[in-house]
Amino acid sequence: MEFSELIRTGQAQAELLRGPEMPPLRGTLCVTGHHLLLSPGPQATPDLWLLLLRSVDSIEKRVAGDAGTITLRCKDLRVLQLDIEGVEATLDIARSIEALSSLESVITSFPFFYRPKGLRLGESWHFHPPERYYKRVARETRAWRLSEANEDFSLCPSYPRAVIVPRTVDDDALARSARFRQGGRFPVLSYYHAPSGTVLLRSSQPLTGPQKRRCAEDEELLQAVLAGARPGARGFIVDTRSAQAAKQARMTGGGTEAKSAYPGWKRLHRPLERGRPLQESFVHLVEACGDLEQSMDRWLSRLDGCHWLSHVKAALSTACLAAQGMEWEGACILVHGAEGTDSTLLVTSLAQLILDPLSRTMAGFQELIEREWIQAGHPFQLRCAHSAFSHTRPKHEAPIFLLFLDCVWQLGRQFPLSLEFGEGMLLALFDHSYASPFGTFLCNSEKERCLCEVRTRTHSLWSGLNQPKEQRKLRNPLYAPNPLAIWPSVEPQSLRLWQGLFLRWTHPPEPSEVAWEKVWQIATDQEKTEGSQPTDSASEPQP
Amino acid sequence: MEHIRTTKVEQVKLLDRFSTSNKSLTGTLYLTATHLLFIDSHQKETWILHHHIALVEKLALTTSGCPLVIQCKNFRIVHFIVPRERDCHDIYNSLLQLSKQAKYEDLYAFSYNPKQNDSERLRGWQLVDLTEEYKRMGLPNSNWQLSDANRDYKICETYPRELYVPRIASKPIIVGSSKFRSKGRFPVLSYYHQNKEAAICRCSQPLSGFSARCLEDEHLLQAISKANPANRYMYVMDTRPRLNAMANRAAGKGYENEDNYSNIRFQFVGIENIHVMRSSLQKLLEVSGSRGLSVSDFYSGLEGAGWLRHIKAVTDAAIFLAKVLIEKDWISFGHKYSDRCGHLDGDPKEVSPVFTQFLECVWHLTEQFPQAFEFNEAFLLQIHEHIHSCQFGNFIGNCQKEREELKLKEKTYSLWPFLLHDQKKYFNPLYSSTSQKLAVLEPNTVSFNFKFWRNMYHQFDRTLHPRQSVFNIIMNMNEQNKQLQKDVKDLESQIKQHKNKQTDGVLTKELLNSVRPESPALKTSLCLKEQTLLPVKDALRTVEGSSPADNRYSEYADEFSKAEPAVVSSEYGVARMTC
Repeated sequence: MEFSELIRTGQAQAELLRGPEMPPLRGTLCVTGHHLLLSPGPQATPDLWLLLLRSVDSIEKRVAGDAGTITLRCKDLRVLQLDIEGVEATLDIARSIEALSSLESVITSFPFFYRPKGLRLGESWHFHPPERYYKRVARETRAWRLSEANEDFSLCPSYPRAVIVPRTVDDDALARSARFRQGGRFPVLSYYHAPSGTVLLRSSQPLTGPQKRRCAEDEELLQAVLAGARPGARGFIVDTRSAQAAKQARMTGGGTEAKSAYPGWKRLHRPLERGRPLQESFVHLVEACGDLEQSMDRWLSRLDGCHWLSHVKAALSTACLAAQGMEWEGACILVHGAEGTDSTLLVTSLAQLILDPLSRTMAGFQELIEREWIQAGHPFQLRCAHSAFSHTRPKHEAPIFLLFLDCVWQLGRQFPLSLEFGEGMLLALFDHSYASPFGTFLCNSEKERCLCEVRTRTHSLWSGLNQPKEQRKLRNPLYAPNPLAIWPSVEPQSLRLWQGLFLRWTHPPEPSEVAWEKVWQIATDQEKTEGSQPTDSASEPQP
Repeated sequence: MEHIRTTKVEQVKLLDRFSTSNKSLTGTLYLTATHLLFIDSHQKETWILHHHIALVEKLALTTSGCPLVIQCKNFRIVHFIVPRERDCHDIYNSLLQLSKQAKYEDLYAFSYNPKQNDSERLRGWQLVDLTEEYKRMGLPNSNWQLSDANRDYKICETYPRELYVPRIASKPIIVGSSKFRSKGRFPVLSYYHQNKEAAICRCSQPLSGFSARCLEDEHLLQAISKANPANRYMYVMDTRPRLNAMANRAAGKGYENEDNYSNIRFQFVGIENIHVMRSSLQKLLEVSGSRGLSVSDFYSGLEGAGWLRHIKAVTDAAIFLAKVLIEKDWISFGHKYSDRCGHLDGDPKEVSPVFTQFLECVWHLTEQFPQAFEFNEAFLLQIHEHIHSCQFGNFIGNCQKEREELKLKEKTYSLWPFLLHDQKKYFNPLYSSTSQKLAVLEPNTVSFNFKFWRNMYHQFDRTLHPRQSVFNIIMNMNEQNKQLQKDVKDLESQIKQHKNKQTDGVLTKELLNSVRPESPALKTSLCLKEQTLLPVKDALRTVEGSSPADNRYSEYADEFSKAEPAVVSSEYGVARMTC
């Protein structure tokens, strides 16, 4: 397929309105295979304005007289308005954008064409999280091993090639356990908590069905986990569905672990919202945030009505519950919902941030996301196909990853010195997960990424973010390692709307940005003065 | 003290109001003439000033003892369980007496003695000087003059002696106008914006009834209008909802009739009266104080209470004014109160959250403009604390006249020097005095900007707050930077000295020898300094990771330890019995 078939017009004169605080831009508008360009002429600053077409969520066109207006709503929640000369040109441009922004094919997407200066292909793809993480685990305990049973993705298409499993369970048993779990997601190690010697596991629901089937290997696997932890250790299964929903799942072949079949394990139900209700909550919140004229009461009732903060609270409390079980009760925790690719990952990754000081560093956080979201098979391509503005009915879209970022932001607000990364990092992750020039968030699983050769043909987001020039935006200048677990407050009074994200464009945070700059300055001043002590040769006169 | 029957009760339990796990601290309760003091087994002290107590409640007896709930004006709520009912009853009665003093002379301020001599005390009172303040605004000038009409509080009891009025307004006009205004509060200058030659005046409602008018009052407003040559129109802002103003006409009061005043625009802002405000705040506290609150309850509660709506209304009104003026100094360190506290209902016995509201509006401004204010949140909270504490003379009495009669300046101390003494704590480390953009603030009153002020309404509920403070760390860093820069300078000047000696050729062998041993010493002193600095920083940084037991998800801990006996809650949900 050629992009030129979809581009209906060469160029047009247009004026771009970028929001209340920004001056309008006038110039020549042009649609290319992946971008919308506006060139205001060589004298102007900036001399080129660029928008990745992939980031357009919805498009609206209006014509009046011999001019037209296109409103673009972007996946990063920005709203742009283009006033274009000529009716024909307007319609052509609108159609081109529509066609190009909704291309399904992965290998024609921009990351496969993006070749930034200063980065080499294949860099930073050296991340092999399960292998890397296994090295950490192996230092502490001998009870686990790295299994390559999934080398050809035959056991579980959404798992990576290598997973960490109990040493005493062989690959055949894994294969049988995989057949007993939805999508083949048998229980694997997600996090080893060294201080208490306990582990966090994740899986999908067991396929017990209405007949309450059992699987000896699956039971054996969970027994091996307890045996490996410490004598007499207990386990908890945190099911992210309600007891009712878990029971109902049996009718469709799913279900949950029977008490009698798994001695030593106890089930807790913590219902978390997912799928369409979560997407709708997101849509309603963004709608409410777009209305600048509403009264105080209306705003509060809409904020309440969208339930977004309730979801944040539920996610954080469930993660705290899992973390508390490990740290205080010395128990092993298995987390799963139905598929085990959404709220399960939300809980396991948040629990690690709470417990593990390493995951709160810049490198550790990147590794956490790579390991617990990307490699763990969160279907980014399905979940992030559309953001809050799409008119089409959501099929698979759900802002689970955004909910995770929001929870991390809440943690960062309550422990402002304990995270090495700042709000900028979370915003960047949100933007890139929905539309990105990098390949990191492409596809739904490691298997798909292998088929598309993502690793060899696109650049990694991490190599982009880890360039020195990007760091100032992403880091927290006040960071100091905190070796303790960070237990957030989940009271509604302690949770806040993430203004930096939801009101990023409607409500320019200029004064706080200036203040943030000042914080940076104070923090870097300190490093400078501490580092600039006179050297020996300068302080001692030479004879 | 005749009110105190029991001074010490042992084995008292203090419950945490947000922990559902029935956690409590055991300790000893002391009752003094001014404070209620609780010392727990970790020797942590909780002081409660009697004047801060808004409400004392004795709940029904439970098996573990007699519950006593104390609500404070600074939004602290403590829940004690006293083992013996007799003790509880004694303390309850004493507190009832002590928290509501009938006479001004019994207030804490009159007995508080911070060990200052008289001249220090006087200097404290002179720190904030109204005359100076007016001078800073550039008054008196060709349009405005000081009037001695109220010298003996004859015209208006609730105004201070010194008032600024338009130069062309004569005394008869003022007297005439004051008779037409409720409580004699005729229009006087409140703030003058020098650069724009614009003024804010204030007054009470006119006693217009349905048709009455007063020529002098009309003249006075005309004079004010003329004293603002820069503006063609004068705006009269009525802070009430129009409906309230109309209703007041039936009581012989009301609002100005537009036909009688030329070149004047009238505007109703719709700020509710203090009774509505009080019940609104009450509702807010009820919502935020309930245990096991869901996010949804919280927001519908916030909406129902309408408190944030009122805050928005007040700020909106201030912004309308700001179109004409408002400069940042008006709300800058130490100035505003000279103006404000003189006229607000600072009466310790009247519960009206107007001042709280003012502080909250300022807080919202500080949130929007983190660099515009020299003071920080702690300063606002401290002031709020002392409005009710009656520890200092500033907020006692209803008006200047009353304050003079009480001889506050001789008998009590002023708050400002104490705040100034601790000013390091109250400085905003991000404050930038030079930024041009912040000279006149243009606050955005979009609804998103109004948030629940957790640090005010949950000041004492430790578990709800962030466990690490950005403010502290930045302040600390600033300090260290200064110190380090000084060190660098010192060292540089020493290097210079040495170099000079070298180039002068005076550097003999002996001198060199004397220098040499000095250098390592110099270095160690530097290292020592660093060592003394760093631990402070670390202590600040590694603040508690806190404990999960503090938080509400810890209630699920019950599910972990399954063999827990059944829990029965009593009708107040206070004490729990285990059977």
